[in-house]
Amino acid sequence: MIRFAAIRLVEIIAMLALMSFLIYALIGLMPGDPIDLMRSADPRMSAADAARLKALYGLDQPLLLRYAGWARQALAGDLGYSRLFAAPVWGALLPRLGNSLLLMVPSFVLAFTIALGLGTLAARHPRSRLDGAVNLFCFAGISMPTFWLALILILVFAAGFGWLPASGIATAGSSDIADRLRHLVMPVTTLTLVSAASYTRYVRSAMREALAQDHIRTARAKGASEARVVVHHALRSALVPVTTILALSFGGLVSGALVTETMFAYPGMGKLIFDAVMGNDYNLALAALLLATVVTMVANLVADLAYAWLDPRVSYR
Amino acid sequence: MKLPLILLVVIAAASFAAPLVNAILGIDPNVVDLLDRLSGPSLAHPLGTDELGRDVLLRLLAGGRVSLVIGVAAALAAAALGTLIGLTAGYLGGWTDRVLMRGTDAMIALPLLPLLIVLAALDLNKLGLPARLIQSDEISVVRIVALAVLVGWTTAARLVRGAALVTRNRDFVRAARSLGAGVPHILWLHILPNVLAPLIVATTLSVGDVILFESVLSFLGLGVQPPLSSWGSMLSNAQELITAAPLLAVYPGLMIFLTVVACNLLGDALQRRLDPVTARTR
Repeated sequence: MIRFAAIRLVEIIAMLALMSFLIYALIGLMPGDPIDLMRSADPRMSAADAARLKALYGLDQPLLLRYAGWARQALAGDLGYSRLFAAPVWGALLPRLGNSLLLMVPSFVLAFTIALGLGTLAARHPRSRLDGAVNLFCFAGISMPTFWLALILILVFAAGFGWLPASGIATAGSSDIADRLRHLVMPVTTLTLVSAASYTRYVRSAMREALAQDHIRTARAKGASEARVVVHHALRSALVPVTTILALSFGGLVSGALVTETMFAYPGMGKLIFDAVMGNDYNLALAALLLATVVTMVANLVADLAYAWLDPRVSYR
Repeated sequence: MKLPLILLVVIAAASFAAPLVNAILGIDPNVVDLLDRLSGPSLAHPLGTDELGRDVLLRLLAGGRVSLVIGVAAALAAAALGTLIGLTAGYLGGWTDRVLMRGTDAMIALPLLPLLIVLAALDLNKLGLPARLIQSDEISVVRIVALAVLVGWTTAARLVRGAALVTRNRDFVRAARSLGAGVPHILWLHILPNVLAPLIVATTLSVGDVILFESVLSFLGLGVQPPLSSWGSMLSNAQELITAAPLLAVYPGLMIFLTVVACNLLGDALQRRLDPVTARTR
């Protein structure tokens, strides 16, 4: 198990190195060049000035050499300076990551709770009216464009009733906790509904499979209460595949909430990556993309380890 | 199975008949009429007009054509690429299999959305593509299809590889091999038919996924570009007028929702028909 985790860690590091180079190269292929941008902003700058600046920043060197320079600094903990935020990359990145987690964790927990409840209920009464209703909810949720759901929520609750703020994380100048919570309601609801729908499908099919096992019949035969059968005997084995899927999806959530963040003007990681890429902020884009990759890969590793932990039959020698 | 199929056929037929509808009603969806902006439903414009005075219904139909073409083209291309990779990996096994499947795993383990943003924002001139292609109206469509294929092939590849691994040691494949059948012949005639059912199901489901994917990219401004428009790009335009004309945002979103629901329901129904073994416990 420890050996397995160690090998996977090495793999993750290798993958990160590869990804960082790939992203570095890709970013160079994006439209616009910082020096060209400066030139177009300042008509007094001559071609010679531009060439001197390029040499100063090392932009005239070949790709591999520039990458090596970046990697050396990054390994020493210096990710560079963000042009967009006019601050070191770390300073721009960390608050955004915090905001993202504030959005992710509650909706993840809520979605999981809903999925567990609905999925178990539906699995216990297959082909019933309840099962049909849950199925309808699932299909609606996975087919719903996220931004459309967000739009409708804004239309109804912000523009229509005026109950909730439509965007941002707090009213300007307010440091009230209740105010921050009110700003979280709609983005969290959007994310929860969308992810609960897909989680419910997994929980339902895992529970269906678990409830069809022989040991469930044995448990019932020996007189265990229905609640004990469902929670203790079925849920325990149904959680194995479900955990894997949850861990996998958590990684994607951190950067994947981009659409929700954009709709509610919520300053999280997804929006940061988008703005950095669009704003030619190379240092920031590179660091943020790598951070998203790290989170995803660590989540995958956790998924694998949880799998072995929950199911003793699985062993990674 | 009937309801989603009928829904899809109706949406597709209406979208592809859009030029005909234009001719009959005598309106062009691209004609700007600044004196008749954001008007409500009327006899001339059943769903009203948008911020430039264009007919919303006709634009929905025209946008639907772009969204549907992207969805179907990308789903088919991804299935084809995935099948090719899956067949190769599953039938040849050994190193080929290991390398190809590691690639598939890596694709699944990446944070896709942020990477797609980078890819969608790439400067095609710096990639050295022919200028005639880059300047054509359809380049944004081609780009989206390419991106959707790039992220979408893994599903088909895993499915096909799994089935190929199981099938390649079955007696009829061994018999064919001992009779001297070549590898392409075996793959095409003996292995592929055995994975067709789950492949068709997965491809149907992925049409819906691609349409959603297209709408997200278009919403972010990285998708379909004018003069073409899709449901996603219509939504993204309507977003700025959300308080003035909320219905402009509701219609295209509803179309995306209905189409994707129909694809998902159809895929589900197909699975029950074609693949009863996996569908039994559902």
